[in-house]
Amino acid sequence: MEKFQSIDPQAFVLGCSAIGAGLAVIAGIGPGIGQGYAAGKGCEAVGRQPEARGTIMSTMLLGAAVAETTGIYGLVIAIILLFANPLVGMLGQ
Amino acid sequence: MNFSFGLIKEMAAAAETTTEASGGLDIYNKVLCDDFLGTGFRITTSIRNTWIIMAALILFAIIVRIKMKKFKAVPESGFQNFIESIVEAMDNFVGSNMGEKYKYFGNWFFGVFAFILLSNLMGLLGFRSPTADLATTACLGFSTFFLIHFMGIIKGRKEYFKGYLDPFPFWLPMNIISEVATPVSLSFRLFGNILGGSIIMGLFYTLPFYVKVGIPAALHVYFDVFAGFLQTFIFVMLSMSFIADKIPDETKN
Repeated sequence: MEKFQSIDPQAFVLGCSAIGAGLAVIAGIGPGIGQGYAAGKGCEAVGRQPEARGTIMSTMLLGAAVAETTGIYGLVIAIILLFANPLVGMLGQ
Repeated sequence: MNFSFGLIKEMAAAAETTTEASGGLDIYNKVLCDDFLGTGFRITTSIRNTWIIMAALILFAIIVRIKMKKFKAVPESGFQNFIESIVEAMDNFVGSNMGEKYKYFGNWFFGVFAFILLSNLMGLLGFRSPTADLATTACLGFSTFFLIHFMGIIKGRKEYFKGYLDPFPFWLPMNIISEVATPVSLSFRLFGNILGGSIIMGLFYTLPFYVKVGIPAALHVYFDVFAGFLQTFIFVMLSMSFIADKIPDETKN
């Protein structure tokens, strides 16, 4: 019991934040699947209609960018937890 | 905006403790000057780098303006050909996305494109990209937000306000949230991509010297050149389609 009470609260919060940052970037799975799907469909479309390559390319990039948004949100949460942690300030020291 | 200043402060504190950790690459947003010329402005790395880009763009514009006096109807010099081709490319890009009548947005989007592209490519010279700062990208996002609603109100009028009650009147709160989310997602996409790239580069530069031969070049090509071009293109493209979304179709041609 002694050992648990000797944990520095700030260190505890920082450690948990690092784990949280790691969990937050798991959000990257979704955009990975989504962008892969968009790229695959783009390849199919170019294969079927090679003359419309330019339009397909820009539409695909647009779709991939929108699919990326959730992953970027996860990344931003992770960056905030690591570099601008708001939780450490809440300890009230 | 509290968040933004908090981030700057935290990063400044981090920069003080790990001065040489980044191995010469400028990955932290340091406070360079607390009180600029007694005006109370705080000058950070992003502001200085934004000024460098502004100086480059203004210089380029002045050079073009001086050469413009000798513009010919049929271009003879390579310089005029180059200027005409980039202006025309941007105008056609805008025209194909927003309709021929709104080609004049090419002026605005060319400026945004040049600014974002130069700031993304700044990482190649070892500077910290201004777009790796939420303040810069939020400004760009809110300019787009303003343009979306300004064009929506003056061109769409009734349709603009009716759009909020689409598909059912009680869907209004959802529509308002999605309107507010537009600039947030625009700015966070650019910010997250560039900051993520610069953090990975910064971590790589802390490694021992024998793995830093050649490999950083490939990383720079991916994170600065490829991601920089792609994110610039996507920002401009998404801004255009969001604005074009609010303009009624019958006024476009």
